[in-house]
Amino acid sequence: MARFAVLVFPGTNCEGDVAHAIETVTGQPAELVWHKEGSLDGFDAAVVPGGFAHGDYLRAGGLARFSPVMAPLARMAESGRAVVGICNGFQILQEAGLLPGAMLRNRSLSYVCRDVRLRVEADASPLTVGLEPGTTLRMPVGHAEGNFRADDDVLEAIEADDQVIFRYCDEGGEATDAANPNGSRNNIAGIRSRRGNVAALMPHPDRAYEESLGGVDGCRLFESLYRFTES
Amino acid sequence: MTFRVRVLVRLRPSVYDPQGEAIRKAVAADPRLSAASVRQGKMFDLVVKADTPSEAKARAEAIASKVLANPVLEDFSVQVLLD
Repeated sequence: MARFAVLVFPGTNCEGDVAHAIETVTGQPAELVWHKEGSLDGFDAAVVPGGFAHGDYLRAGGLARFSPVMAPLARMAESGRAVVGICNGFQILQEAGLLPGAMLRNRSLSYVCRDVRLRVEADASPLTVGLEPGTTLRMPVGHAEGNFRADDDVLEAIEADDQVIFRYCDEGGEATDAANPNGSRNNIAGIRSRRGNVAALMPHPDRAYEESLGGVDGCRLFESLYRFTES
Repeated sequence: MTFRVRVLVRLRPSVYDPQGEAIRKAVAADPRLSAASVRQGKMFDLVVKADTPSEAKARAEAIASKVLANPVLEDFSVQVLLD
């Protein structure tokens, strides 16, 4: 048994998909939590879904950290419970200082909306626990600012601590430049915090959890999230 | 008293600016308009209540560093507009 919170900011638009995916894949309840809430007590995990929180005004995710729910979310992260971001949720967690780096405009300057392949790099995270490193998954991205950027010293630390959990790769599992949809440094598609309980990715597992959506690899990530809450 | 304070936010020099580069390439199509480099930034005009210009500047710097600029990507400068 686990309780999942799915945070909703003004402009969030993937909360229904994420909640439905969690309930479909794990059989556990997912509750939508408005950004004005001051408590996340009783939840085992929180997911920050995709969309355009606060209209992406100033910067993508840049104003969300002033929402009341971010204080209990930070406490949840400190307590070691699972905090997960998807797409705009990744940007929000970066802007809140819960994950390193920042997202630049895609190198193509275009909004990229297509299937990508991901290679699992590390299994110690709420999105990858139970997944074999080297496993490749297919699911869509949909973003204009997913070009992961961090300074050289930060990037070295992220790599040295195995904080990269997903890299964009080709069909053979190679992290090539051609397989990189947005110009992210080191083909980074997802990372975790140093402690390991905060994790995020730009691609959308919530758009790949049943065959009618064109793929089911996203299920693996929600299964991991459930597994993490039970560990 | 109130002071008008202008904050300029720009990508740090080490950060590639795809938008500025796209603008540079676009204007390069016209030789009369070509620029060797273009970097895109943001401008914010604040009105700040303070007793002195330096206090207004300090307030704007706090806002800029906490909110307007993301230090992973951006630098900022602050100027009190005396008019």
